[in-house]
Amino acid sequence: MKPLLKVDNLRIELTTRDGVAPVIDDLSLQLNAGETLSFVGESGCGKSMTALALMGLLPEGVGRVASGQILFDGEDLTQASDARMREIRGNEISMIFQEPMTSLNPVYTIGEQIAEVLRRHQNLSRQAAWNKAIELLDAVRIPNPGARVSDYPHQMSGGQRQRVMIAIALACEPKILIADEPTTALDVTVQAQIFDLLRDLGRELGTATILITHDMGAVADMAERMIVMYAGRKAEAGPVEQIIEHPRHPYTKGLISCVPHLMATLTEERPELTEVPGIVPSLRDFGRDQCLFASRCDRADDKCKTSRPPEIEFENEQSSACWQAEQLR
Amino acid sequence: MSTELEHAVETARSPFAEAFEMFRKNHLAVAGLILLIVIILAGLFGPYIYVADPFDMVWAPFSPPGEEGYLLGTDYLGRDLLAMLIHGARVSILIGLSAAFLTVFIGITVGALAGFYRGLTEEILMRITEFFQVLPTLLFSMVIVALFGASLPMITLAIGLVSWPSVARITRAEFLRIRELEYVTAARACGVSNAKLIFKVILPNALPPIIVQAALMVGSAILFEAGLSFLGLTDPNVVSWGQIIGSNREYILDASFTVTVPGLAIFVTVLAISLVGDGLNDALNPKLRQR
Repeated sequence: MKPLLKVDNLRIELTTRDGVAPVIDDLSLQLNAGETLSFVGESGCGKSMTALALMGLLPEGVGRVASGQILFDGEDLTQASDARMREIRGNEISMIFQEPMTSLNPVYTIGEQIAEVLRRHQNLSRQAAWNKAIELLDAVRIPNPGARVSDYPHQMSGGQRQRVMIAIALACEPKILIADEPTTALDVTVQAQIFDLLRDLGRELGTATILITHDMGAVADMAERMIVMYAGRKAEAGPVEQIIEHPRHPYTKGLISCVPHLMATLTEERPELTEVPGIVPSLRDFGRDQCLFASRCDRADDKCKTSRPPEIEFENEQSSACWQAEQLR
Repeated sequence: MSTELEHAVETARSPFAEAFEMFRKNHLAVAGLILLIVIILAGLFGPYIYVADPFDMVWAPFSPPGEEGYLLGTDYLGRDLLAMLIHGARVSILIGLSAAFLTVFIGITVGALAGFYRGLTEEILMRITEFFQVLPTLLFSMVIVALFGASLPMITLAIGLVSWPSVARITRAEFLRIRELEYVTAARACGVSNAKLIFKVILPNALPPIIVQAALMVGSAILFEAGLSFLGLTDPNVVSWGQIIGSNREYILDASFTVTVPGLAIFVTVLAISLVGDGLNDALNPKLRQR
């Protein structure tokens, strides 16, 4: 099957005071129709940049696609015109953001904001768009949608606003939905509801989802395949179950062991919650020819510090960029 | 519980409706607004109620207020001061509003483009803004009026040209702040074009401080016009408050009321506008809102 989205050797450069740094270095991925792919990694490892690059929304004058291709249905988005990108955005690829509190425009009612997308991309009349907006609010499970449609964003809770964002993103039944940490700002109970909603609606509409998160639990729950990013590079990729069971990269291992486990009884001996020591290297070190995780890795040897590990593929579709991937079990 | 919720739904108001509510509670601002409306009505309908030609010599010069039925007295040429004041209100308010409109129009255009597109556009536009800002305002507008003639449109243009930089700077600052907010990125992610981003997404959110500035602009434009006409740079065929003061200034010791009356009119009008502007500021500035 031909993949819906194919990213080949994507390299994104940011111009900083210290020069040009590759925030995304040699990233390749494939996304099939209807599939859920998850991006995992710490803050500052390039997850959101990848999402913005897919939308063609890299910060102007600062970020640019240096090389590589983003093929959407065979069309290279890195070469697409502004007008073409505007047609695609919100219509074929749409995105929901991290902060539901600030991602709705405070001066318009939510109905106006949903209807606006519909009118732009589907040429619906004012009335038809408004009715569709009410239907969409109902679909994202907002109670009493007929009345709430003329609410302003400040009258809604964080969880409700994120539902509205999802309604806007899914209004035109896009082929791809990019969810950039959609639940980070929400309560735990609401998080589960939002993930459920995303999964159900994604299935209903056949939308492929790219879920960006650092919540391993959500990944296990939502996604079929995952990509672990570290410092702008792909650390590990493959089917979610296999990676969680047998991580082939010490960073993935670290991430998994960071997830706390709830105990049934508190008297039980609780395993120490581990952490991955150190922090992500700074941007200016991103381009170095070494394993960028080496400074935080307890298995690192001289080889890791002098040359960049290649991506090693395993027979079970798992791949890992670690010199010691074979030994890791 | 459910009734409370329904109540909340019923009172759904736009941020601007909420600001109006705040404004209404500010007694000084409402007083200013009423005063302003009275002045505007006087300017609009006064000439039809008090029918008198402001240029006619009707009585002896310098007759004090009240004499011979002339409520405010006569000026140095024996013209009816009340008639002049009413006709002058039209000119003052017309110039105040149109100059403020021009100011806001130029200011928003320049500020929005600079704040939205950044880079070279911003650099060029802001250097132009600074150029206009460092020009001595009175001198520059006098030059324009002296060169192109003292007609009302020219005076409006002169006032607009010297006062737009402050609006441009406010607009740019707001755009710089708002363009980085997530809902702008979200709008971009929905495929909104740049023109719509500027005018429909960012501008409505940038409006509050611009509205306040515009209100105060009306007041300063009236003062500016008075200043110009005091110096004689005015259309001699229309009466304006500043012109009345200017032409009577030599007789200030003999007949002080000829200067005091139009001076008070200017003072009261500008005060009313300032009160309204201040009320708008309180109403539109979320930090000053008491909840």
